[in-house]
Amino acid sequence: MQAWLTRPISELAAAVGRGEVSAEEIARASLAAITTKDPSLGAFLTVSAELALEQARAIDARRARGEKLGKLAGVPIGLKDALCTRGVPTTSGSKILTRDGRGWLPPYDATVVARLKAADAILPGKCNMDEFAMGSSTENSAFSPTRNPWDETRSPGGSSGGSAVAVAARMTPGALGSDTGGSIRQPAAFTNVVGVKPTYGRVSRFGLVAFASSLDQIGPFAADVRGAARILEVIAGHDERDATCLAEPVGAYEAACDKNPRGIRVGVPEEYFAEGLEAEVAESVRAAIEELGRAGCVIRPIKLPHTAYAVATYYVLATAEASSNLARFDGVRFGLRVEPPRGELAAMYGQTRDTGFGDEVKRRIMLGTYVLSAGYYDAYYLKAQKVRTLIRRDFERAFTEVDLIAAPTSPVPPFRLGERMKDPLSMYLADVYTLPASLAGLPALSLPCAPTPKRADRPPLPVGLQLMAAPLDEERLFTVAAAFEATSPARSLELPLG
Amino acid sequence: MVYRRRMPTANAKGSALLGEEEVRKVAKLARLELAPGEVVRMTAELSAIVGYVQKLAELDTTDIPPTAHVRLARVALRPDEPQAGLSHDDALAEAPRVSHDGFAVPAFVDD
Repeated sequence: MQAWLTRPISELAAAVGRGEVSAEEIARASLAAITTKDPSLGAFLTVSAELALEQARAIDARRARGEKLGKLAGVPIGLKDALCTRGVPTTSGSKILTRDGRGWLPPYDATVVARLKAADAILPGKCNMDEFAMGSSTENSAFSPTRNPWDETRSPGGSSGGSAVAVAARMTPGALGSDTGGSIRQPAAFTNVVGVKPTYGRVSRFGLVAFASSLDQIGPFAADVRGAARILEVIAGHDERDATCLAEPVGAYEAACDKNPRGIRVGVPEEYFAEGLEAEVAESVRAAIEELGRAGCVIRPIKLPHTAYAVATYYVLATAEASSNLARFDGVRFGLRVEPPRGELAAMYGQTRDTGFGDEVKRRIMLGTYVLSAGYYDAYYLKAQKVRTLIRRDFERAFTEVDLIAAPTSPVPPFRLGERMKDPLSMYLADVYTLPASLAGLPALSLPCAPTPKRADRPPLPVGLQLMAAPLDEERLFTVAAAFEATSPARSLELPLG
Repeated sequence: MVYRRRMPTANAKGSALLGEEEVRKVAKLARLELAPGEVVRMTAELSAIVGYVQKLAELDTTDIPPTAHVRLARVALRPDEPQAGLSHDDALAEAPRVSHDGFAVPAFVDD
């Protein structure tokens, strides 16, 4: 039965629709795969088996009555634990949303969760993540790190590492993550799957635990480009409960996968092939770009001169926003409370937050509070907002010359667990290629290209090709990604797993 | 508000940009009761990161407007029609402590 989980999402949903396989059988296969594989991988924080089976039976009953099923009929989708699920524990990877040994139970579903349900998806559980999405390795989870199925001594990336691994290890054919500075694209690259960060505002964030509100965006993971396109079509679109959610009509993303990429102009920014890029990653990405040329794309060199300032800009702006967003975790209304014996309110706040937040979250709240504090606001926060304008203008200029931009997703292949935890700055610098598109609010995706060659000290490791587009031009991303995927050397790779 | 102080710079010996006293002050603003060991570690880590972000000072941003939010469209407002909110029971369901049908907190004096 688990073979169904390796089928593309579009075929799986069609098979369920035709009754070749029941949604319940698929749900059981997904739950069985989680039971077998997840103890060593740590991709799931909560498995809601009963709910998943109930959803599946309801879908099968509707099919039996002759009703037409949704676009994701019977497709199991893993959910990053930052997404609110009514009645299902939601922790955002943090102890501060955990009390008496269980996670917070949200009183409502995130809009994306409600839309997945309405499209007849099955939701087997909540995926591990860096605490409050702060990290690039999933090692900042307050519960356990997630391991990379390609080499379990390595990180799957982050912060949506659990979602990426759920798909990479074929426990769920799709998953949702959130991307603030690369948290979908980088784990997709590290685990050989497709991950999409849509245009800022394309997907409603109602019910997403907020990290940095001017950057956060929800997006899909899937094993293939078309699967990711289908999930995005389901979750995207206006939502009156999120004022930052765009009203523009949703594109025909899946249909875009069948279009010919001939004539699409693809820019290659020299700044993304500079110092710090591992030679084997560069080789794989350059080969992928040559392949795009053979598929009919027009390849051109471009310049994005402010790229080197993205890390500094991001870590000022994102931490400033986080310090404000995370002020709500004070022990009053939900989650953990540490109440000193002769309690005063201020001591309760301080001790609850010191106990409930992990090291990285505290570091970022401190940095964010510092850059917003009197005396430093101009020098750091306002300065970073101005540099953000320069980074945005780099892209605006580039998109007058090209339609898409191609680059590596990460300068390095998956690193070893623990390798970067001692030095927070080294972890931040690994985000250098994903941060600029986040700061500019652009849609971007990562898809597998050729893995690094086997070496004495490591097995072949996944490499991601990143494609970026102008705002709301997701369709062109999918056209070029699907064309590349059809010939990609990474497509036929089988995980070293059962 | 004071918005004029320039970026602090490392002294000639390259010692920390932030001192422990400043870290304690920021922790208070952030409502974090850091343990003494945490203050020491945080001072070193924040100094390294703040040192790195000084890179921004290399750029001339005179006359460059700030981007607070990427502006793709105006904020879409929903119709101003009353709707049911969370029920009282739902709102209190996850409260750490409830008293008199509300969120209970320790006594405090407003200072």
